[in-house]
Amino acid sequence: MSYEVIAIGASWGGLQAVSTLLEGIPAELDQAIVIAQHRSAESTRGTLEGLLQRHTPRPVLEPSDKELVEPGRVYLAPANYHLLVDATRFALSVDERVQFARPSIDVLFDSIAQAYRDRAIGIVLTGANADGAAGLAAIKRNGGVAIVQDPATATKKAMPEAAIAAAQADAVLPLEEIGSFLHGLCCS
Amino acid sequence: MALPVEREQELELEQLEVELLLEGIFRRYGFDFREYAPASLRRRLRRRMDGEGVETVSALQDLILHDRAVMERLLLDLSVNVTAMFRDPSFYAAFREKVVPALRTYPFSRIWVAGCSTGEEVYSLAILLAEEGLTDRVRIYATDINQAVIDVARLGVFPLDKMQEYTQNYIRAGGERSFSEYYVARYDGARFAASLVDGVVFAQHNLVSDAAFNEFQVISCRNVMIYFAQSLQEHVHQLFYDSLAMFGVLALGQKETIRFSRYESCFEELDTEERLYKKVR
Repeated sequence: MSYEVIAIGASWGGLQAVSTLLEGIPAELDQAIVIAQHRSAESTRGTLEGLLQRHTPRPVLEPSDKELVEPGRVYLAPANYHLLVDATRFALSVDERVQFARPSIDVLFDSIAQAYRDRAIGIVLTGANADGAAGLAAIKRNGGVAIVQDPATATKKAMPEAAIAAAQADAVLPLEEIGSFLHGLCCS
Repeated sequence: MALPVEREQELELEQLEVELLLEGIFRRYGFDFREYAPASLRRRLRRRMDGEGVETVSALQDLILHDRAVMERLLLDLSVNVTAMFRDPSFYAAFREKVVPALRTYPFSRIWVAGCSTGEEVYSLAILLAEEGLTDRVRIYATDINQAVIDVARLGVFPLDKMQEYTQNYIRAGGERSFSEYYVARYDGARFAASLVDGVVFAQHNLVSDAAFNEFQVISCRNVMIYFAQSLQEHVHQLFYDSLAMFGVLALGQKETIRFSRYESCFEELDTEERLYKKVR
């Protein structure tokens, strides 16, 4: 099976968790990485990109509407927008918040499940709500892989716990071990 | 892990149902959503299905084709874009700095707010123009596909509980007065001064099917085309190109670009971050 995209959802405590996860992703992996991190609508443009860029050699960017999803890059959902994927390109939406969030992890994961089916990997990290659970289940239902941060290692357990309850996770791991699990999936 | 065959068939069936529904809406009611961006469209259809209490797109189609009221509700779901007054304050600051000086060079000019939805952006621009002393020299044309939202826009009453957020936006956008001067609180609504939009022309216009109707110095169409597939965006880019005066300005949402359009070379970036483009050929 060849995977094309790794989708990551994170909320409370996410900056540190996503940074650690990105550091652990082996250089050989060339999948596009797409991140929905809950953030304030007013968060200053470029700040989160800059912070994450310190933790990975891959270019980190906020995609424009209709931008092609390209391998080897890290894409970050812009503040105050939902990020979706249509076939091979990004799409944006300013629809209502979903579970109080925009960007919403469920919205991103749902569209990725639809566009990539069994070529998608979804990862739910720390957070204090249930966003991402339905989206991860959608990825799983369409033949993709579901990974959840071990709640015992998460800053906030609620989100990984909800994801485990909703989707039959293929792996529940501490952040430091997710990279090598991805390596096993993508490079074997 | 692989996609189970039954699930693949389900997905294909749903795709077929969506195509049939959109074709049906077009032929029955004349609204063409066939070239809307699929992922958001699917979410909005799902919302209507939940609202009507049906499980399949086909069941929704049955309701839509036989009951105009259901179609009207779907039209609201599909066409209402959530917006805010002075959304993206830095855009309005850039507008003041880079577009207003150009407007001052014309004795009279026209701004088209395409896809004005419930009017938050129209009132924001009207306030900005009033503060720049341009109210009498600039006419705003505000259009939307949906008559119901135009009626809301014309009223100029916005939720009172949004005013704190809008006031913050207004200040960050470089507002020069006290924001509360512009509205009167009544019940749970904030009614904006009618004088702000006295000169505004509100009209129904469909970006998909209607033609150019005037020549403009500025066209603002922010976070509207994100719901369109690329082919339809291209069509609208042409409409805007045809409707803009030479050196006119096209304003898009902060994550929209004309980089992927064949009209790219007809525009220069006036402000890269704020997605302001100037027609140069």
